[in-house]
Amino acid sequence: MGNDARTPDVAASADFEEVQATEQFKELRKRHRSFVFPMAVAFLLWYFAYVILAAYAVDFMSTKVWGNINIGIIMGLLQFVTTFAITGWYVSYSNRRLDPIAAGIRHGIEGHEFDTTGAGASGSATGGAAK
Amino acid sequence: MINIPTAVDVAALKDTTLLNMGIFGLFVAVTMVIVLRASRNNKTAADYYAAGRSFTGSQNGTAIAGDYLSAASFLGITGAIAINGYDGFMYSIGFLVAWLVALLLVAELLRNTGKFTMADVLSFRLKQRPVRIAAAISTLAVCFFYLLAQMAGAGSLISLLLGISDWGGQALVIIVVGALMIMYVLIGGMKGTTWVQIIKAILLIAGAAVMTLWVLAIYGFNLSTLLGAAVDTANNPAVLNPGLQYGKTETSKLDFMSLGLALVLGTAALPHVLMRFYTVPTAKEARKSVVWSIWLIGLFYLFTLVLGYGAAALVGASTIKAAPGGVNSAAPLLAFYLGGPLLLGFISAVAFATILAVVAGLTITAAASFAHDIYASVIAKGKADADTEVKVARRTVVVIGVLAILGGILANGQNVAFLVALAFAVAASANLPTIIYSLFWRRFTTQGAIWSMYGGLASAILLIVFSPVVSGSATSMVQGANFAIFPLSNPGIVSIPLAFFLGWLGTVLDKQREDTVKQAEMEVRSLTGVGAEKAVEH
Repeated sequence: MGNDARTPDVAASADFEEVQATEQFKELRKRHRSFVFPMAVAFLLWYFAYVILAAYAVDFMSTKVWGNINIGIIMGLLQFVTTFAITGWYVSYSNRRLDPIAAGIRHGIEGHEFDTTGAGASGSATGGAAK
Repeated sequence: MINIPTAVDVAALKDTTLLNMGIFGLFVAVTMVIVLRASRNNKTAADYYAAGRSFTGSQNGTAIAGDYLSAASFLGITGAIAINGYDGFMYSIGFLVAWLVALLLVAELLRNTGKFTMADVLSFRLKQRPVRIAAAISTLAVCFFYLLAQMAGAGSLISLLLGISDWGGQALVIIVVGALMIMYVLIGGMKGTTWVQIIKAILLIAGAAVMTLWVLAIYGFNLSTLLGAAVDTANNPAVLNPGLQYGKTETSKLDFMSLGLALVLGTAALPHVLMRFYTVPTAKEARKSVVWSIWLIGLFYLFTLVLGYGAAALVGASTIKAAPGGVNSAAPLLAFYLGGPLLLGFISAVAFATILAVVAGLTITAAASFAHDIYASVIAKGKADADTEVKVARRTVVVIGVLAILGGILANGQNVAFLVALAFAVAASANLPTIIYSLFWRRFTTQGAIWSMYGGLASAILLIVFSPVVSGSATSMVQGANFAIFPLSNPGIVSIPLAFFLGWLGTVLDKQREDTVKQAEMEVRSLTGVGAEKAVEH
């Protein structure tokens, strides 16, 4: 990129397949996926349950609970509450369970622990992110 | 209480035109100074497209909220709730819950893997040329739909606020808005645009907060009393229940589901939102910005519930529909009822600023995609230097600006929130399957990406063309013709699953395997953030 003032890619010489095969990385991937996938399924199901009820169970959603406030309004507001709650939960999970292990792997790569010895493999590792 | 709606005299709005223009002029002057100051350090491509990756998470989160809370959110949702009651609330919920998709599945992984554009990520481990071209085409298509919606919003707002109701006058104002937007983007690049977004987001949320507290104060801070007043004014208890707009027939219920699907899956695939994740130095800051924007956006959508029902109670649906600008005028009319000309002037200036800022954000995204993905990578085959690439981006800004002005003049008068929902459907169909598959499915191949992107894009656009939006109903774009063979006005429920299916089918039928080294590299980089570009030091 010519005069582009970017920092040199410290990971250019790493063997990513070797990193991918480490127990540490497998653990990171497992922790990440075992949180985000069930959570994504849960909030999407809850959201679609709400949409389906609003479309097909109008009488139920129109049931007054307190004054003029009906189940539909309450369920709509609960969607806000769950969105905020999942956001907070994910942040605390990432900080506790994902960031430390990711930082460990990153330092390993930056400290050239996983460098390839052959020139061929390191060449292919630079392409994707740069262009 | 029943006499209150007559207090809004729409004709009196014209007397406030000068005030409105004055406040708007002040906003333009202040932001222009900031843009000029911010542009001093625009040297490299990373500066121009990604603001030197120098924004903090909270700054960027505010800018994301600024990008996201478009005229559709403010004018469209308030109007939809004021007229259609509960069904309008659905937009707020869909637009907000959608952020969880971005937070959990996309934002950080994308920040770690890419550089400037969505295509950087999608083409990371697949074949560069075809995937990059497809991603750039879908980016341009989504940006164009979104731009149309914003420009149409500018048209209706102007007709109400500046008292310009003739077609030529409105066209002239759309041209002025477009020209201003081109100036911001040309001078300020991503950094200037981001500052405009931040200022605008603060003004918009503060303005909405003041109006919300005001409305709540009128009803003794009791939501139930406010809802009761909305029922009284509308003389229809059904405004509190779902189904007023979408509950009429089985087809319209299906349309509601389709809208719901497009809203929740569209956000994480909007190119101008994705590009914002590159303006922060690390993935952790990307996470912080999403969290920050979820809070701001959620708060704002809670306000729209009060504002929408407040407008229904205090202004009345019939007054809103009869006003120039129609449904989109609910929020400004409510401001006029509450605070007279001064609050109306402030709120309308904020709404103008909203349109201006969002249009600027979309334009820089489209220009970056063309210059970086099509020009630099495909036409110049990676041999263009950064200076030439930025030069091409700047020229593209002018071309897109002119196209947006022309499209805006044509789309003037269309329903804003609705047009934005179409852009969401196109984004969710064309982009989301490929983003998710390439991040999480090891086996995913180039053929799958191509099938999914072109299939999703083409099916979404074709279904819109053959829907009641374009022909065959009283509110269609093309009058006097009927080729609406697809009954739903939002294509999401068909085109999104189809795009996911095509991505799977294209992959399993593909005899070629993708490079496992690249796959390993993408997975490691996306989860650990190793080697991701840091902030540019000046």
